[in-house]
Amino acid sequence: MSAVVAEHDDHHDDHHDHGPAKGILRWIITTNHKDIGTLYLMFALAMFFVGGSMALIIRAELFEPGLQFVDPQFFNSMTTMHALVMVFGAVMPAFVGLANWMIPMMIGAPDMALPRMNNMSFWLLVAGVLMLASTLFMEGGAPAGGWTLYPPLVLQTGKAFPFAVFSVHLLGISSIMGAINIIATILNMRAPAMTLMKMPLFVWTWLITGFLLIAIMPVFAGAVTMLLTDKFFDTSFFDAAGGGDPVLYQHIFWFFGHPEVYVMILPTFGVASTIIPVFARKPLFGYSSMVYATASIAFLSFIVWAHHMFTVGMPLAGELYFMYATMLIAIPTGVKVFNWTATMWKGSMTFETPMLFSIAFVVLFTMGGFTGLMMSVAPVDFQYHDTYFIVAHFHYTLVPASIFILMAAGYYWLPKWTGHMYNEKIGQLHFWLSTISVNILFFPQHFLGLAGMPRRIPDYAVQFADWNMISSIGAFIFGISQLLFLYIVIDTIRGGTGEKVSDEVWEDAHKHGLEWTLPSPVPYHTFTTPPTEIPTEHI
Amino acid sequence: MSTNDAYYIPHKATWPIVGTAGLMIMLAGVANYLNGSSIGPTMIGIGFLLFVIMLGGWFALQSVESESGTYNHGVGISYRMGMMWFIFSEIMFFAVFFGTLWYTRNLSVPWLGGEGSNAATKELLWPSFEAVWPTNGPGKVGGEFEPMGAWGLPFINTLILLTSGVTCTWAHHGLLAQKRDQLIKGLIATVGLGFLFVAFQAIEYHEAYTDMGLTLGSGIYGSTFFMLTGFHGFHVCVGAIILSVVLFRSWKGHFKPENHFAFEAAAWYWHFVDVVWLGLFIFVYLM
Repeated sequence: MSAVVAEHDDHHDDHHDHGPAKGILRWIITTNHKDIGTLYLMFALAMFFVGGSMALIIRAELFEPGLQFVDPQFFNSMTTMHALVMVFGAVMPAFVGLANWMIPMMIGAPDMALPRMNNMSFWLLVAGVLMLASTLFMEGGAPAGGWTLYPPLVLQTGKAFPFAVFSVHLLGISSIMGAINIIATILNMRAPAMTLMKMPLFVWTWLITGFLLIAIMPVFAGAVTMLLTDKFFDTSFFDAAGGGDPVLYQHIFWFFGHPEVYVMILPTFGVASTIIPVFARKPLFGYSSMVYATASIAFLSFIVWAHHMFTVGMPLAGELYFMYATMLIAIPTGVKVFNWTATMWKGSMTFETPMLFSIAFVVLFTMGGFTGLMMSVAPVDFQYHDTYFIVAHFHYTLVPASIFILMAAGYYWLPKWTGHMYNEKIGQLHFWLSTISVNILFFPQHFLGLAGMPRRIPDYAVQFADWNMISSIGAFIFGISQLLFLYIVIDTIRGGTGEKVSDEVWEDAHKHGLEWTLPSPVPYHTFTTPPTEIPTEHI
Repeated sequence: MSTNDAYYIPHKATWPIVGTAGLMIMLAGVANYLNGSSIGPTMIGIGFLLFVIMLGGWFALQSVESESGTYNHGVGISYRMGMMWFIFSEIMFFAVFFGTLWYTRNLSVPWLGGEGSNAATKELLWPSFEAVWPTNGPGKVGGEFEPMGAWGLPFINTLILLTSGVTCTWAHHGLLAQKRDQLIKGLIATVGLGFLFVAFQAIEYHEAYTDMGLTLGSGIYGSTFFMLTGFHGFHVCVGAIILSVVLFRSWKGHFKPENHFAFEAAAWYWHFVDVVWLGLFIFVYLM
């Protein structure tokens, strides 16, 4: 062997020093899955408030008809940036953070499979979001053509345009790296007894989500690359005069975009399936059907994209195909809702904050699902398209679903991460304020949409005034309520109620998941030797 | 398998943040350059330098660790999975551009020519447009051009890439049989053929721009032609550089029959680039 002396720090330290580096450097050069998970979660929480502030600017402007606070261009920038920040800066990173923290602990692995790349995927995320945020301060303003970046409108963006494109590239590389790491960890790092069909559902949903991410992020990268060359290098991909087609962009975008929304919802399903059995004190109903339903939803997500484009002028055969294919998604989703309900059936339920958020998720996500089913009917969608009805629909599937489950996950695992108990009273206050206000915020938007109010418009006709005002009031209550969550997170990290939490934290949780067999707070390194026995109550 | 049976968890990685900074500065530089800002080229230079330093440092570190037996069987499996899924993401990237070619040739261009329910659109907008491929659209964007034929340089390039796939496999057999001479000769041939391919591609592009009027701006034909072949050519360059590194390491005496992930990864990547070219030859040049 050609012996080379290992002088580099990277190599030199690893057999002596297993603790974190000192000071701020710890967070910059860390390869520890728990540190990186914390970074992801903290970053996502910060972006949740940034994106939320943008939403409040939108709702403030829409409080009354007429133009009050911001000019229309900036309003449109806010709708665009709110979506991009929430999708790529808050929800996706939060779930990657949970994956980082929990997957190695759930499958009995010492760390993620590719720890150095794990570090890079986090910092590329920060780079991408920074580049996106920088567009707010550029000549011509931030992108304002909607988060879908449809040409030709998006090609009118000012100096921000190439920065927005490259930020998508950075975010894409980050997501692909994260997804590869998660898949390699799940397939290669499981404890010997942890067979695939014994994995916690959160692990299963992330395995499938990882596949979705690797399949779709390059597609989005390709789409925005073509936008870039159309603007700067004379290509004609989306220009009919040169033989291209702007509708082609929409097809490519939604081939990415539809699986993308499932990237945000599948891990949500996974966390819900992890939490509900613990507080119902029963095994998850229909474990294997949950796995197959998740895989079916992922498969279907690739063949339904054009239901976002029913009004674009597709051939009739296309409308019909995408309509029927979309309706199929209701079947595996229905299986899931049925299973969660059946898990709770005759369970010895208690209603701590994580369970409250999870139950609210099951109810409110189902409503979001039903409005989705309404819009899958192509002729009906012609009325709903680009109105506040679609805004209400996807916010029901994202806010009281993905965001609520992220909150639930926070309450559920914070005691394990920190070793401290959060304040249950404030947690429940946060839950009730959030649940009531989220419905005040989004339910009236169904009525507005059915009455014909278009989305992405800073002003509206006076007949829409009442419901808009109510919606805006709900938005501000919801937004301010989230400060309670921020308070609870900080308070719990700093000691919480002062109550010493046990290793299993929740009653009999150690029967449901490997993470609850570890000490609270979790040591810096866990499962350096794989566990021999695994819990099976979750299946 | 290595004697070390614990999964190797590296600590304190310094290269990722360097690479991230490099990539971010480089892309911000390109964006500034496209916006006509004078700081662009400087940023591109600094970013690119950082990125190259990161690649050099990170890969050197990995090869040192690999040769010192730090990685066990489990780590090797993770690396292989990483590479396979990376190649899958690349396949999806190329799929976008192949899909674009398919969509424009079979749907949007015929629609512009009045197919389906578009007869009135054609009569009102572009009555003289005939939907035949190759086309630069009803606006004749980019002016008259001559499409690229298949049987000149492109066919020679096909043979070159196919041969390079064979020499790459021959080198792999040499590695497995511990015939170092065969390994090095095979790799030299592969890298040489790779760069020869790129050179021919450059000549082809030069001809297209100077003699045939075919440019990136030649409507949808020029767009798809240069985007597909250009991204492929870029991947050939990357693959050839990776293989050069593998060649250098082989020459230094690295790799053993049971431990040569870097070689495998480079070879997979090379075969992937090869297969993409076959797709290009059929769908871009032949059909």
